[in-house]
Amino acid sequence: MTTVAPGPAIGVAAPGTGAPGTGAEDVAARRAGAAGVGLMLPGTLYLVAFFVIPVFALLATSLYVPVPGGDVGQFMPAFHWQNYVTALADFWQPLARSFWFALLATAGALAVGYPIAYLIAVRGRGRPLLQGMLLVLVVAPFFTSFVLRTIAWKQILADDGYVVQALHWLHVLPPDGRLTATSFAVVVSLTHNFVPFMALPIYASLERLDPRLVEAGGDLYAGPWTTFRTVTLPLSMPGVVSGTLLTFIPAAGDYVSASLLGNSTNTAMIGQVIDTRFFRLLDYPTAASLSVVLMAAIAVLVGLYVRRTGTEDLL
Amino acid sequence: MSNPRRRPPADPMVRALIQQARGAAAARRASAGSAGLSRRQFLTVGAGVAGTAALLAACGTGGAPGASSSAAPSPAADVSDAEKLVRWANWTLYLDQNDAGTEYPTLNAFTKQTGIDVEYLEDIEDNDTFYGKVSGQLANGDDIGYDIVTPTDWMAGRMIRLGYAQELDLANIPNAANLVSTLRDVDYDEGRKHALTWQSGFGGLAWDKAKVPGGMQSLDDLWKPELAGKVEVLSEMHDTIGLIMLSQGVDPAGDWGDAEYDAAIELLREKITSGHIRQVKGNSYTQDLVSGDCWACIGWSGDITGLNYEADNRFDFVVPEAGGTLWSDEMLIPVGATHKKNAETLMNYYYEPEVAAQVAAWVNYVTPVDGAREVMEKSDPELAADTNIFPDDETLAKVHVFRTLTPAEETKYNGQYLEVIGA
Repeated sequence: MTTVAPGPAIGVAAPGTGAPGTGAEDVAARRAGAAGVGLMLPGTLYLVAFFVIPVFALLATSLYVPVPGGDVGQFMPAFHWQNYVTALADFWQPLARSFWFALLATAGALAVGYPIAYLIAVRGRGRPLLQGMLLVLVVAPFFTSFVLRTIAWKQILADDGYVVQALHWLHVLPPDGRLTATSFAVVVSLTHNFVPFMALPIYASLERLDPRLVEAGGDLYAGPWTTFRTVTLPLSMPGVVSGTLLTFIPAAGDYVSASLLGNSTNTAMIGQVIDTRFFRLLDYPTAASLSVVLMAAIAVLVGLYVRRTGTEDLL
Repeated sequence: MSNPRRRPPADPMVRALIQQARGAAAARRASAGSAGLSRRQFLTVGAGVAGTAALLAACGTGGAPGASSSAAPSPAADVSDAEKLVRWANWTLYLDQNDAGTEYPTLNAFTKQTGIDVEYLEDIEDNDTFYGKVSGQLANGDDIGYDIVTPTDWMAGRMIRLGYAQELDLANIPNAANLVSTLRDVDYDEGRKHALTWQSGFGGLAWDKAKVPGGMQSLDDLWKPELAGKVEVLSEMHDTIGLIMLSQGVDPAGDWGDAEYDAAIELLREKITSGHIRQVKGNSYTQDLVSGDCWACIGWSGDITGLNYEADNRFDFVVPEAGGTLWSDEMLIPVGATHKKNAETLMNYYYEPEVAAQVAAWVNYVTPVDGAREVMEKSDPELAADTNIFPDDETLAKVHVFRTLTPAEETKYNGQYLEVIGA
């Protein structure tokens, strides 16, 4: 402590203290303000460059029209709102299906993820080594690429694979039944890919769960189920809400699962449609207007969901 | 500073400056814009919401989706003599490798012989995706980082049409005379001024010999009831529709129109909605053949030869009786390429029959170089007799090059196709 030199630090503050009383606070506040702006600058610039401008570009592109007599993929600026009408008329099915699949995947991920999170956070309490190992296992799938994990499902669910053979043997699947190239495979893959996004936020909120509250539930003659329903679940709701959002939003826009595990009749998702419109057909306006619609629809759905669950302040 | 794209906020300004520098040319094509302004000037002015939005669009997307240059960009300066380098973008597993898969023997020999280093990049995974990535830069005449690209014929045709390919100096490529006669006269590159074929191949029928004991001769065999749900077709429109057209007695190389296309697409639609066709696949159909999800499919010749090496001749491939498709991947020099002469030297090297034979022995596709078969007969007579690598006249008489579509047809037919395959 004695080594602290008094000089420079006080020297900086000195002009302020020397000035008339009211000015000192102003200067300090202005300095803090300048520092705050300085600190916000990199983030703001980043957002402007990589979010605001691209979103404007997307909105602009969604209204483009083809250049008359132009080549494939050539468009010019216009205000052609009709793009939205045709895009929705042509692709409302994949759009609706995306939300349906995302909903199923979110429900599946919740059913799988909640028990995992509960096991690690509540049952594993006091055993940090076990908790750590289980958490690594939850995150482990992320060590491999998303695409590889999806391709692995193709092998697991293949017609000549053990799963399908076993289901045939048990007569769960009819002899000509299959699992790949079905909507089942797409939903399974979506669920699996997003389970960690569900499990981790729930783990985080269950980890803070006060065991005395659960005990109090027991003291008040609540059975385990009632205690769970009235104490544990409500206290873990912030985790459930963030988990469902982190699963639902990317799942609705996912295009890898559907393109690798889907078929050509009833599994196309909107992300896949946007991808093919953009890269294969070079139909940028349709791809852009579908992206805008997807963004708006998700924003509305998420807004409603958050209001309904009443957890705005918890996010 | 050499690459303004790295600083997106400054991009519109830089673009505007470049456009002003090119102003004289732009003014001459003023008819495109409203009120006597060219589109580029219209962008530069940036007045009003539309202008601003367009400017942002052009900036944010690097010019790719929105850009619509109506004039061809001009080629870059050639620094070949100062910089002994050539950069080549190709498809995966498309050049001979040593057994460890770490070296390319023919490339090493090329560098030894000419002193030119080769940056060989397996960067092309899909024609459309690749084009989507580079088209914005090509339209500006920028260097896309490759001196040779290898798109498929129809995509090569689009790039040539738009002026994105430099004209070849055949004086540097005397071996171009070795190009097989079937590929000399092609509609996507009249007079063969811009492109030389890297490899070509057939679209035809492939099947698992154990699952389809009777084998296949025609496309109708693919529609047999016992194969329901076990059939796949290619997401590459030219091959799938080409084969269906041929089975319906239409030559895809000939003069066909909407009626013929619609007839083919309706057959495909019926087979997809009935569930007879399980999935529509790109390169990954080979995985489904191996996993047993697919028993018979429309596939590519070289893939099956390659699969059979690993799977003990489990599969077979045939060009159907009614005919198959002949496609080719074309080497061309993009407009911004800075090592044109080195690229031409490389093309010349791969058109030597000995080198071509070495490549063919590894990639198993149809070699476009005359004389390669004679070389192969000495080294590997069995491979030289494989008509999927060195087709005989009978096979060649059965295959057809899908005719080049006009831009309007391309948009329309591809759109219909993508809609039917549910992509």
